[in-house]
Amino acid sequence: MTPELGYALTVAALLLAVYGAGAAALSGSRHRPDLRRSSERAAIGVWLLITACMLLLVYAFLTFDFSVKYVASNTNRGTPFYYRITALWGALEGSIILWAWMLSLYTLIVVRRYRRAQPQLYPWTLAVMLGVSSFFLLVMTIPAPPFERLAPIPADGRGLNPLLEDSGMITHPVALYLGFTGFTVPFAFAMAALIVGRTGDEWITITRRWTIVAWYFLSLGLLIGGWWSYHVLGWGGYWAWDPVENAAFMPWLTATAFLHSAMIQERRRMLKLWNLTLIILTFSLTLFGTFLTRSGIIGSVHAFSQGSVGQFFLAFLALVVLGAFSMLAWRLDRLRGQSELDSIVSRESAFLLNNLFLVAAAFTVFFGTVFPLLSEAVKGVKVSVGAPFFNLVSIPIFLALIFLMGVGPLIAWRRASAENLRRNFLKPVLVGIGGAALCWALGVGNAIVLLCFALVLFVAATIALDFGRAARARRRTGDGWREATWGLALRQNRRYGGFVVHLGILVIALGVAGSQAWSTQHEATVNRGESLELGGYTIRFDGLQASEESNHFKVTGTFTVTDRRGPFTVLTPAKKFYPQEQTPIAAVDYRLGFIEDLYLVLGEFARDGSHATIKVQINRMVSWLWIGGLVLTLGAGQPTAA
Amino acid sequence: MSRALAAVLLLIVALGAGSPLAAAPVSEEVVNEVAAQLRCVVCQSLSVADSPSETAHQMKAIVRERLAAGESPEQVKAYFVEKYGLWILLAPPRQGFNLLVWVVPFVGLAAGLVLVVVLTRRWSRRAASAPVVARPDAAMRERILREMAEREP
Amino acid sequence: MSGRARVLRWAIPLAVVPVLVLLAYGFRTDPRVIPSPLVGKPASPFALTTFDGKPISLESLRGQVVVVNFWASWCIPACYDEAPSLERAWQTYRDRGVVLVGVNIQDKEEPARRFLDRFKHTFPNAPDPSGRVSVDYGVYGVPETFFIDRQGRVRFKQVGAVTDEIVKRHVETLLAEPA
Repeated sequence: MTPELGYALTVAALLLAVYGAGAAALSGSRHRPDLRRSSERAAIGVWLLITACMLLLVYAFLTFDFSVKYVASNTNRGTPFYYRITALWGALEGSIILWAWMLSLYTLIVVRRYRRAQPQLYPWTLAVMLGVSSFFLLVMTIPAPPFERLAPIPADGRGLNPLLEDSGMITHPVALYLGFTGFTVPFAFAMAALIVGRTGDEWITITRRWTIVAWYFLSLGLLIGGWWSYHVLGWGGYWAWDPVENAAFMPWLTATAFLHSAMIQERRRMLKLWNLTLIILTFSLTLFGTFLTRSGIIGSVHAFSQGSVGQFFLAFLALVVLGAFSMLAWRLDRLRGQSELDSIVSRESAFLLNNLFLVAAAFTVFFGTVFPLLSEAVKGVKVSVGAPFFNLVSIPIFLALIFLMGVGPLIAWRRASAENLRRNFLKPVLVGIGGAALCWALGVGNAIVLLCFALVLFVAATIALDFGRAARARRRTGDGWREATWGLALRQNRRYGGFVVHLGILVIALGVAGSQAWSTQHEATVNRGESLELGGYTIRFDGLQASEESNHFKVTGTFTVTDRRGPFTVLTPAKKFYPQEQTPIAAVDYRLGFIEDLYLVLGEFARDGSHATIKVQINRMVSWLWIGGLVLTLGAGQPTAA
Repeated sequence: MSRALAAVLLLIVALGAGSPLAAAPVSEEVVNEVAAQLRCVVCQSLSVADSPSETAHQMKAIVRERLAAGESPEQVKAYFVEKYGLWILLAPPRQGFNLLVWVVPFVGLAAGLVLVVVLTRRWSRRAASAPVVARPDAAMRERILREMAEREP
Repeated sequence: MSGRARVLRWAIPLAVVPVLVLLAYGFRTDPRVIPSPLVGKPASPFALTTFDGKPISLESLRGQVVVVNFWASWCIPACYDEAPSLERAWQTYRDRGVVLVGVNIQDKEEPARRFLDRFKHTFPNAPDPSGRVSVDYGVYGVPETFFIDRQGRVRFKQVGAVTDEIVKRHVETLLAEPA
């Protein structure tokens, strides 16, 4: 019953979405308020139907309804309760439902906020959003139906991929998808602006907050993905330049560029054509990302894939890219620039360079990700493009971007006088150079790390300078110290929100530089009672314990760690043996710290517990990434509240 | 006599230490450096140095063995390429068609830089020849107020 | 807008077409199937000890057609699917100058022996504990099967499970060649 009911709901939602898109488009071109209202009701209906699908699927998970193929493939009777719910988005079909649901929710918000405020753009925006929803519902109906019936009904399911039984997996897809789908809204408004011919600054002003929210969730999704990789996958790293990681990173890069260039359009009415291009690129890259994960054309740790889903996505991607850019080409004469620049030394230039580097980074990541395919197509030779390439080419770009983060916010619009430059940058430059010299004196030898520190200190100094000046000004008008500083930071002000976000990025940059330069590791086989030493820690192997969990068999090793000061902690890394998995899954144990994390992975072991192989890592400054993420959250929360 | 013997023994030891057949202890750093350039065959994007898998361990041990036997890092990499193909390297060698992937990003960046320079010059020329705005209009007034508000709390 | 600009603007959407074509091409390839560089080259020598304790080396088999199959007990379902075919092939061709050697990689002794017992393999099977042989043959997954001719050159590599048909085709081809 459930599979059939769910399928019926899906088909109904699809038909309603298609109708709604058509009605909205017609209402836009023929000014028919009745059709517009009808399409709004269709949008509500779509959301209700997709919600019903989700609830039905969750119900199937909770009641062990293995007649639904998706339930049987992703859980079994031993799967813990909360993972039975989050298994909803654990695999391909469910992830599409999640995407479609978020899209329909955003559509409702658009309906609510803009139906009266934007009579001209709104019908077309609604049409585009319902059109995109239709595509995802189409995928849910044909190539990847979540409600496929499984016959005969198995006694037990296969079980969730053990790597997904983790808090990171509960939140990572949700955050990421909120980000991805969020960019549909500015894209839809951009398309509406092109269709209607109102290619001015309206669509950008309307969608500013959407862009920030979507950008924030995408950033959060990436960071949580890094956290998940760090504490689950057992290699002690947070970013592997895996094709699917890249696929989420590319839209982030172009979205960041868009965030900044949108500010130029708002202030100086420049770059209209460029902003439209950027949002089309960003939205297309979000589709490209899901295409990569689901088509199987590039092997990856993430790939769900299989079936004809990939072809559907490629067709839709082609439609979107060709259609959107064609519309851009059609309206090109309205977008001819009235751009004016008073001086090359100005904030406008800084923002242009910012965009250049971000888009260059996105292009680099794209080219590197797609190159194996190109090599095979042209030369018939398979090659790999991985971390050594991406690290090499991206480091100079990111260092340049850090530098621009310091220059951009403080340099004057239009024309920066020598006075303006000296006032704003002399001290920070000195701080940067001085700080780097200090680090060098303290023993940091790596040139790139030193440069990174110098730039970070420079940027931090510019932020502190600006904060300090503003706080002093407030003090002069009578505010107390706390109000003058914290009040500024927490104040709902776009400028200082931006500063806090930059600060967050700086902290992350330091974390990346520090962890790459200073982490160490060691691997050895130890007998019971023996110890292993690394970085001031002594790790003693105390023994193994076997236990039977609800859906797997676990062998846990106990390791007592002492440092120079005395007993430090006891770590229990384990190996989990799931019946449905071919190889055991490592469960890492770690002790996080501000400066360094102690990280233990259990490798091979003797059955009787007499000896075990362990890998010890001292990962320095990795926590700074997560701290930076928190700072980012604080900053991004600002402009949205305004 | 004993001194001559000692000299001969020393010579033998010296020769033995220098010969490629001596199992020279290899630093883990060098092993990791080479391993970081090899792709772990079972985990897609991780290097042999990073991957926690059994296969990666075995590959790393082979790297260590070969380096200890006197092979250079290039020779070790060439051995793996001979057995698996070019894809075993985590980044393609900088020759032939593969040079493209190393060069194109920088060329793209340079091209972009040139574009930005051309555009900024064109726009600043346009500004120089544009008529000066006589009085602030409503939009500009609003902007001035906004900038003032941001400069001072 | 000038006539030239009017035409040139369509370059914008057209510029994306090559990228889309490249992505479409991706559907025709499988990132997991990689042609082996060893085909046509002399097979790497190996010297292992079978699960029965007997030594086996490639050298000693020179002059015969050798089929080397890499497997693991955890390789479900492919290794389990092909195991009966391998045993059947052994029974059919052992008297015709063909030797079948199974190499067990990344596995533990107990589950490996259980696998052999289950399928009652009678051809030599040996563990490769250090993985050296698997790397020598460029093995990146299981199962993989190599067909080596009488002169000791690798002639075919099968990635994934073999079937009776595949074994027959390659073995017959190699047997038909002069020694």
